[in-house]
Amino acid sequence: MSAPATRERAATTRTRRDPAEVPAGLPRWAYLPAVVGGLFVVLPLIAMGTRVDWSNYGALVTSESARAALVLSLQTAVASTLLCLVLGIPMALVLARGRFPGQGLLRSLVLVPLVLPPVVGGVALLSTFGRRGLLGESMEVLGLQIAFSTTAVVLAQSFVALPFLVVSLEGALRTAGERYDVVAASLGASPTTVLRRVTLPLVWPGLLSGTVLAFARALGEFGATITFAGSLQGVTRTLPLEVYLQRETDPDAAVALSLLLVAVAVVVIAATHRRGAGGAVR
Amino acid sequence: MTFELAATVPSRGLDVRLDVAEGRTLALLGPNGAGKSTALGLAAGTLRPHDGEITLDGRTLAAAQDGRRTAWVAPHRRRVALLAQDPMLFGHLTVRENIAFGPRAQGATRREAAARAHRWLAAIDLTDLADRRPATLSGGQAQRVAIARALAAAPRLLLLDEPMAALDVDTTPALRQRLQHLLAEQTTILATHDVLDALVLADEVAVVDGGRVVERGPTAEVLSRPRSAFAASIAGLNLLSGTWTSDGVATAGGEVVHGHGAPDVVLGTAMTAVCRPAAVAVHLTAPHGSPRNTFRATVRSLTPHGDLVRVRTDRLAADVTPGSVAELGLAPGREVWLAVKAAEVDVYPV
Repeated sequence: MSAPATRERAATTRTRRDPAEVPAGLPRWAYLPAVVGGLFVVLPLIAMGTRVDWSNYGALVTSESARAALVLSLQTAVASTLLCLVLGIPMALVLARGRFPGQGLLRSLVLVPLVLPPVVGGVALLSTFGRRGLLGESMEVLGLQIAFSTTAVVLAQSFVALPFLVVSLEGALRTAGERYDVVAASLGASPTTVLRRVTLPLVWPGLLSGTVLAFARALGEFGATITFAGSLQGVTRTLPLEVYLQRETDPDAAVALSLLLVAVAVVVIAATHRRGAGGAVR
Repeated sequence: MTFELAATVPSRGLDVRLDVAEGRTLALLGPNGAGKSTALGLAAGTLRPHDGEITLDGRTLAAAQDGRRTAWVAPHRRRVALLAQDPMLFGHLTVRENIAFGPRAQGATRREAAARAHRWLAAIDLTDLADRRPATLSGGQAQRVAIARALAAAPRLLLLDEPMAALDVDTTPALRQRLQHLLAEQTTILATHDVLDALVLADEVAVVDGGRVVERGPTAEVLSRPRSAFAASIAGLNLLSGTWTSDGVATAGGEVVHGHGAPDVVLGTAMTAVCRPAAVAVHLTAPHGSPRNTFRATVRSLTPHGDLVRVRTDRLAADVTPGSVAELGLAPGREVWLAVKAAEVDVYPV
């Protein structure tokens, strides 16, 4: 690759798309299913918006149970996102850069929670950390009871969210390649310094999008949570559980809370998208 | 010797022996895939030798016996800096921070690192661009910063892997001169396929081909009296091998090449005859007259070479004017006669 070509590419990513450019590789018929698909995603959100009882919206989303659920949801989602970062960054590094037997198998296993029905994930966690579980019994001896606690919520969310972070970060690491790391090491930087000062800044956009995906997945977690942690107000009843519960008794409250979840998701994605674009490293 | 490498990497078909004395620059010349980058990778610590030893300042960087590692120094502890074809500047750091990276990583305080970065910025005349991001630099500027970044790390050995290959033709001469100045005291290995890089920057040349060093010596000597076909082709020279007869150099093809001067060798000695493409004339019919060497040849390709056109044939290369190409109707496949005056041919023992 020649230097002028590199510069050119840098220039096109910095500037807006050139209006003179003719799009290629886009058959015209693709617009129709694409528009249908777009409507399929957006229309239900708009429909939900039309069903909101705006006059009582404030009261609906500030009821004691709603507030408790929102606070719990944000707390647990943040905690599980942090847990995903602590475990997921090294996992992605090992999968992308390590060389060991069984690497391919491990890479597939990491993806399991992604394809597993969350309820099954909850059952699996219960058989591990539950009172009669694989680790649960010995943990109980130590006085630790995880199932049906807030910790269980965090574990359930982390279990389903971890693959999102690992997959995006591993992809970013592979795309970035090892060439910058080699140069940094040749300048005298230890592997940890290289990771901190070169590798992670280089894959920052991938790390950020992986973190956002993990956070969003954790925030929306339902199946594994209700199976493994139950639905105790203020302890394990997160916002999605509250929505599901309210739907039976107070549909207006359910719609209002759903909209709240949508709003939180939109705010998180908008904030990180802007920062990600601005702070992107070439 | 400051740096010594004698190693094999069977998976890459490499078996080389190299050494560089303190403050000297060794050029590894060779075609793509010859093993130049593999040799650099061994020095930098991105590749392990299967067999052999690599030492720098008497310290063993890597050693292995038949695939079993007996010594290994991690790349970041080697004090061997690497500069590649692409500048590979860290895009999230400013120019100044890029140069200060090495000193900082090696434990210098923020102030020390900044002072060193400042000195190197001045050495490459880019003090004004200190706070710019690499993405805003031109290719030549970026490569200058990369050089300063490598040197600021105070390496005991600097590895340059085709440092000029990615630059515009216009930027290359200035950067080459700057490198010549900056590398004066620096122990360096330069991998390149450009003969000019070797001429300007290197004290010594090792010609690498097929994973082996096929020729080795002071730059001027290797380039003016090449013994291998590759050294000759990169030096832009035609090379004919044969044995010495009373008449001249007899080639395997049965021709006798006449050169100027009579080397003091016994009959039957292996000899090389060398001439520049510009000394080769192209004719459509067999030329007559003065003492000439003539060869029947088939044109293989025509490529621009400065203001001239380099005509490659199955025998020798010739540089002719575009006018002659048109006049003679030269095209690949065309049968021609090549003629070289004996006075233009150097002969010497291999």
